[in-house]
Amino acid sequence: MPARIAVSEQVAAVWQTATVAEIRRETPRAATFRLAVPGWAGHLPGQHLMLRLTAPDGYTAQRHYSIASAPDDSGHIELTLDHVPDGEVSGWFHTVARPGDTVEVRGPLSGFFAWPGDRPALLLGAGSGIVPLMSMVRHHRRLGLTVPLRMLVSARSPEELIYAAELGAETTAVFTRSAPPGVPVGRMAAAHVAPLLAGSPAGGWEAYVCGSNGFAEHASRLLVAAGQPVDRIRIERFG
Amino acid sequence: MNVTRGFTGRPRVHNPGLPPGQYDAGEDWPVLSAEVTPDLAPADWSFRIDGLVERPHTWDWDAAHALPASAYDGDIHCVTGWSKFGVRFGGVSLDAFFDVVRPRASATHVLARSHTGYTAGLPLADVTGGRAWIAWEYDGRPLPAEHGGPARLLVPHLYFWKSAKWIAGLTLLDHDEPGFWERNGYHERGNPWQEQRYSGD
Ligand SMILES: Cc1cc2nc3c(=O)[nH]c(=O)nc-3n(C[C@H](O)[C@H](O)[C@H](O)COP(=O)(O)OP(=O)(O)OC[C@H]3O[C@@H](n4cnc5c(N)ncnc54)[C@H](O)[C@@H]3O)c2cc1C
Repeated sequence: MPARIAVSEQVAAVWQTATVAEIRRETPRAATFRLAVPGWAGHLPGQHLMLRLTAPDGYTAQRHYSIASAPDDSGHIELTLDHVPDGEVSGWFHTVARPGDTVEVRGPLSGFFAWPGDRPALLLGAGSGIVPLMSMVRHHRRLGLTVPLRMLVSARSPEELIYAAELGAETTAVFTRSAPPGVPVGRMAAAHVAPLLAGSPAGGWEAYVCGSNGFAEHASRLLVAAGQPVDRIRIERFG
Repeated sequence: MNVTRGFTGRPRVHNPGLPPGQYDAGEDWPVLSAEVTPDLAPADWSFRIDGLVERPHTWDWDAAHALPASAYDGDIHCVTGWSKFGVRFGGVSLDAFFDVVRPRASATHVLARSHTGYTAGLPLADVTGGRAWIAWEYDGRPLPAEHGGPARLLVPHLYFWKSAKWIAGLTLLDHDEPGFWERNGYHERGNPWQEQRYSGD
C-alpha cells in the first residue's frame, strides 16, 4: 500500500470550538458550512476532521467530515455536507444550523489521503466524495501549481454535481441518472479511466478515490484494470 | 460542556454494550480500508509468526485449518463510530498458533501485517489468552474479501483497525512498533471503553 504523508498530529487530540460563519447551498441536497476555527493549525488537502455535537443532557454525536477548502491562513475551514435522510448530524446542519452557532472539531486527521501537491494526482470521486478532492483542486489553483491534476467525478444528475460552477478543464463529470443533452448517462467505466492512464505524466499518477464503499470498490478496480499500480491508489470510504 | 443549540440527537435507550461515542450500526457492516481490496485466493494465503519466538512458522490455508476451530460470538467496535452487536466469526484462536511458535519471554508486542502491506501494532497480552483469532468465516460463510477474506486478524476487544484484514503474519517484538494507523495519528492501544481513538486520548 502507499506510504503515508508526513503531517503534524500534535493538534489532533484537542477539541476546538468552531463557529458557523456562512452557509452556502451547493445542490438541493448539499450545502457548504464555513467555520471559523481560530486555533486551526492548518491541514493538507484531502485530510478530514472529527466533528462533535452535544445535546443538553450531555449526549454527543461525532462524525468524520472531509475538509473542502484549500489550506489558507484565513482562520476558516469549509465542510460540505450531504443531507442524509434521518441523519443525526447532517440533519442538524441542514435544518437547524445558522451563522453564529458553535460546534466542536478536532483534527486534521489522517495523512494517508492527503495530497501535498507534490506528485501528479488523478482524482476519482462520487457524490460527496468530491469534497476532499476539491480541496486538492483548490490548492492546485491557489498555489498555481503546474504538476498535472485530473479529476473524474460521478453524480446522479447535473443538479446534484457539487461545486459544478467551479469545475474546470481538469474535471470530467459522469452522470448516472440524467445528463445534459448529448452527454451519455451511465456509471463510471473503463472508457473514462483508460484515456487518463494512457496519458499518464512522467512518473505516473498518484490516484485518490473517494465516495461510498460501493463506488470505492468499483473505481479502484477500474484503476487497477487500467494499469494503475495498487500501491499508488489511496482510498477514502465514507461508509 | 459545549451544548450545540437546537441539537437533541436521536431518541436513545441506554445500551450498556455500547462504548462511549459509538452507535449501533444494526445490520450494516461499513467497509473502511484505505487500499484496494486484493483478490487473494485461499491457495495463495499464508500466515507466518516470527520475531521473538522459539520456532518461527508459516501456515498455509490447509495447515491453519487443521488447528482446532474456535469461534467468536460477540460485538465489534470501529473507531469511526459504529459498533456491531452479536456477530459470529469462525476461525482459530491465536493461542493455537502461539503454542506452535512459543513466544520468548522477552516478547512484549506484536506487529501484525497484511498481504497488502498494512500493519497494526498491538501489545502481546491483547492477542493471547483467548482474546484474538485468525478468522475466515462470518456468520457461517467465508469471510468476504472486502471484510478481510480469505482471513483476517480478529481482536474484538480493541477498535477494529487492529483486526488487520488479509492477515499475513505477526512479528513478535520487545517494544511497541506503531503500525499504519498508529503512524497516522491513531492511539497505540485503541480500547473502545476508554475511547482511545487518537494519540493523546
Ligand atoms: C473519512 C470520512 C469523511 C467524510 N466526509 C464527508 C463529507 O465531506 N461530506 C459528507 O456529507 N459526509 C462525509 N462523511 C460521512 C459522514 O461522516 C456521515 O456518515 C454522514 O454525514 C451521515 O451522518 P449523519 O449523522 O447525518 O447520519 P446518521 O445519523 O449517521 O445516519 C446515517 C444513516 O443511518 C441511519 N441510522 C444510523 N443510526 C441510526 C439510529 N440509531 N436510528 C435510526 N437510524 C439510524 C439513518 O437513518 C441514516 O440513513 C465522511 C465519512 C468519513 C468516514
